[in-house]
Amino acid sequence: MIEVKNLTKHYGEVVAIHEVSFKADKGQILGFLGPNGAGKTTTMRIICGYMPATSGTVLVEGLDVFTHSLAARRRIGYLPETPPLYPEMRVASYLSFVARLRDVPRASLDDALNRVVRVCGLEAVAQRICGQLSKGYRQRVGLAQALIHDPPVLVLDEPTIGLDPRQIHEVRELIRGLAADRTIVLSTHILPEVSQICDRVVIISQGRVVLEESLAALPAGKSLEEIFLEAISGEGHRSANEEALEQVDAGRS
Amino acid sequence: MKNALVIAGKELQSYFVQPVAYVVMAVFLLLAGWFFFSLLSRFDQILQIYIMMHNVQALERVNLNTMVVAPMLHDLAIVLVILVPAITMRAFAEEKRTGTYELLLTAPVRTGEVVAGKFIAAACFVLGMIVLSGVYAVILALYGNPEAGVMASGYLGLGLLGVCFVGVGLFTSSLTTNQIIAAISCFGALLLLYVISWPAEAAGAATTAVLRYLSLPEHFDRMTQGLIDSRDLVYLLSLVGVALFLTQRSVESARWR
Repeated sequence: MIEVKNLTKHYGEVVAIHEVSFKADKGQILGFLGPNGAGKTTTMRIICGYMPATSGTVLVEGLDVFTHSLAARRRIGYLPETPPLYPEMRVASYLSFVARLRDVPRASLDDALNRVVRVCGLEAVAQRICGQLSKGYRQRVGLAQALIHDPPVLVLDEPTIGLDPRQIHEVRELIRGLAADRTIVLSTHILPEVSQICDRVVIISQGRVVLEESLAALPAGKSLEEIFLEAISGEGHRSANEEALEQVDAGRS
Repeated sequence: MKNALVIAGKELQSYFVQPVAYVVMAVFLLLAGWFFFSLLSRFDQILQIYIMMHNVQALERVNLNTMVVAPMLHDLAIVLVILVPAITMRAFAEEKRTGTYELLLTAPVRTGEVVAGKFIAAACFVLGMIVLSGVYAVILALYGNPEAGVMASGYLGLGLLGVCFVGVGLFTSSLTTNQIIAAISCFGALLLLYVISWPAEAAGAATTAVLRYLSLPEHFDRMTQGLIDSRDLVYLLSLVGVALFLTQRSVESARWR
């Protein structure tokens, strides 16, 4: 379970996200949508404990990612926007390094390795050097490292980017299969992807949540694209940046 | 601690699948060989001259430790000033550039453990290089009669110096995403610590004492003479400690920006 409450992050005077709240339950896939620069990556990084929020809290499986950071991080598998591969390492030794870093016991290391290699279809490249892999394989190795410690929570930043259509289909199937006993948050630009695999959708625009709805409850007769464009055009919503600038001006005068 | 060792193991593995480590090691050992050869030839020449002159008093003063081992250690220390930045520059800068930093900082690992892991790996590499250069000391011991204690003290000094350099290198690497900037600023800092006592004679008494205390060769020199003074150990160890502490703070602070 992931619970994000009133999350705000400032980079200096720039407001990246403002009062973002949403919730994803076990067994759910939450699609995190938004235009570029809306704050998706920032939110995901905060959930994973990469950096703390300016204010607000994130609970992962009931653990605060700031105060119980290590315990929370142990329960998260995170695939960043660029797969975090060491270009000089071989795939198998990279994955076993990540496994040990994430406290997979030595005895079950081989099992964990074999499982993710099979699940992510990496048999052919297990002994290849990460830096020489194609974009699709890099993405899959990235997914494998997020799964290696069998975490109850998965945070995937654009998991299907750079894959060919067949691979996209495979990865979607894979994510659906993983969802049964996990909580998954994934960000994407691809709207059909959301309607195909997600149970809930959160649309974020200029740092604010503009829509949070279960997919079934979305108005019928409207395509997701229409809903998305409507939500981000945001009538009545001022951007977080504008508001922050106003606050700064008010502070000065 | 386990996490630090996991990271250290991975780092060492990475060193040896890339050419940098081999090049650094080869350069270090080649130069060490050249220094040894030239110092020993000079020693031999002086010895021959004194023997021809039947100068017994001078012959008694001719000493392998002061004429070969100590100058060689000083030369190697300078080589380390140049080579250690090349080893440590990648440590954090490269991780930030390739995005693997996100993996490390979101893994259930403390920042201190990341720093410790990187330190252990780089320190092991540098110490390994110094141990290999010890082959010349072994040759001297086999064919000559140097004082083993003095040599050991000198090598201990060189090892501590190398470890200090690694600490400074990790710190500069943690400040930037650019390896070249990391290497050059480390090199600059180390060279400054090397020459910091140069204006000491012209300065007032208090400044002189401070500059002398900060100067690396002041402390190292005593160790090459066989003098292990707790003041020198304290200086070198606290330099490592401060460098690692600053590195940890610098990595941690990156989260807060």
